[in-house]
Amino acid sequence: MDFNGSDTLPGPRTEDHLPHTAQAAVKIVIVGGFGVGKTTMVGSVSEIRPLTTEETMTQAGIGVDDDYGSESKTATTVAMDFGRISITEKLVLYLFGTPGQERFWFLWNGLFEGALGAVVLVDTRRLEVSFDVMGRLEEGGVPFVVAVNSFPDAPRYPVEELRTALDLSPDIPIIDCDVRRRASSKDVLMTLMGFLHSLAMSGALT
Amino acid sequence: MTPPRRTRRRPQPPPAPQPPRLPQPSRPPSRDAAGAKGPGDNPERLYSVTGSGDGARAELDLVTLIVARSGPPVSATPEQAAVLRLCGTPLSVAELSAYLRLPFSTMTVLLTELIAAELVQARAPIVRQALPDRSLLEAVMHGLQRL
Repeated sequence: MDFNGSDTLPGPRTEDHLPHTAQAAVKIVIVGGFGVGKTTMVGSVSEIRPLTTEETMTQAGIGVDDDYGSESKTATTVAMDFGRISITEKLVLYLFGTPGQERFWFLWNGLFEGALGAVVLVDTRRLEVSFDVMGRLEEGGVPFVVAVNSFPDAPRYPVEELRTALDLSPDIPIIDCDVRRRASSKDVLMTLMGFLHSLAMSGALT
Repeated sequence: MTPPRRTRRRPQPPPAPQPPRLPQPSRPPSRDAAGAKGPGDNPERLYSVTGSGDGARAELDLVTLIVARSGPPVSATPEQAAVLRLCGTPLSVAELSAYLRLPFSTMTVLLTELIAAELVQARAPIVRQALPDRSLLEAVMHGLQRL
């Protein structure tokens, strides 16, 4: 891009500027399969229009990828949508919606590092696409809640049947949501925070 | 109808950090793999994972907040000047990457130069810890309540 034209330089709208008092940020990640509503959820609660950050990786960096049987390195761009919520004048929360494909986990390692916790967004029509994501979070010790995005034609399972299918311990919250609605997305985030708080109170968070 | 089933996994020791996109110089295989007897065998091995020739890099997270310390000096490159203009108020590395349409890793290289030149200040994020800060979690909850 052309960095010389200061008049046309993209940047936050005036109302999107953080105050100078903003001292630190925290992050929460929203994970799930393609098309499950991660970006919609970010957009429904973000105070800024969702933005996209990208990372470029070579095949060698991604790991196993023999789709094309090629020895040459191919650049792959991974995009993450994110939004922002000002918590106090000093504290800012960022929400990241990550790509769900296994080949991008490499990048995820940096993303999950230090995240307060995660929301696993699932679609009951394709429950299995979230299995690896949950396992990855468990391996990384990242606490998470499960939010079931309600699609009209999706099968409805009783919560305990879902808990059994997903092999989740009884303390992990599972909630229904409609991520198009701000109030519903907010409920999901509050559920995650309540869960993290209960872990903190019980001293079980590691 | 019965949903498909999965099996939960256990926490794993974290993998050795690896920069995802930088070409790595070839190294001799780890002596652990070759049958080293213990951690005391090979102290220099600790250092072999760094110093791959790409220079030191500031520890920048996607949500590290960047604030300009001053306006762009005449010597600033166009890219540096763009960052300094954007960071009149705090902005996360992720936002800078988005607005400037630069990949995250490119952004961190650019910011590392600016930090070294003391042209910007980096405000580190608050990260999840083994001993969680309950007051932090409560502050986030109160902030979300107001949404």
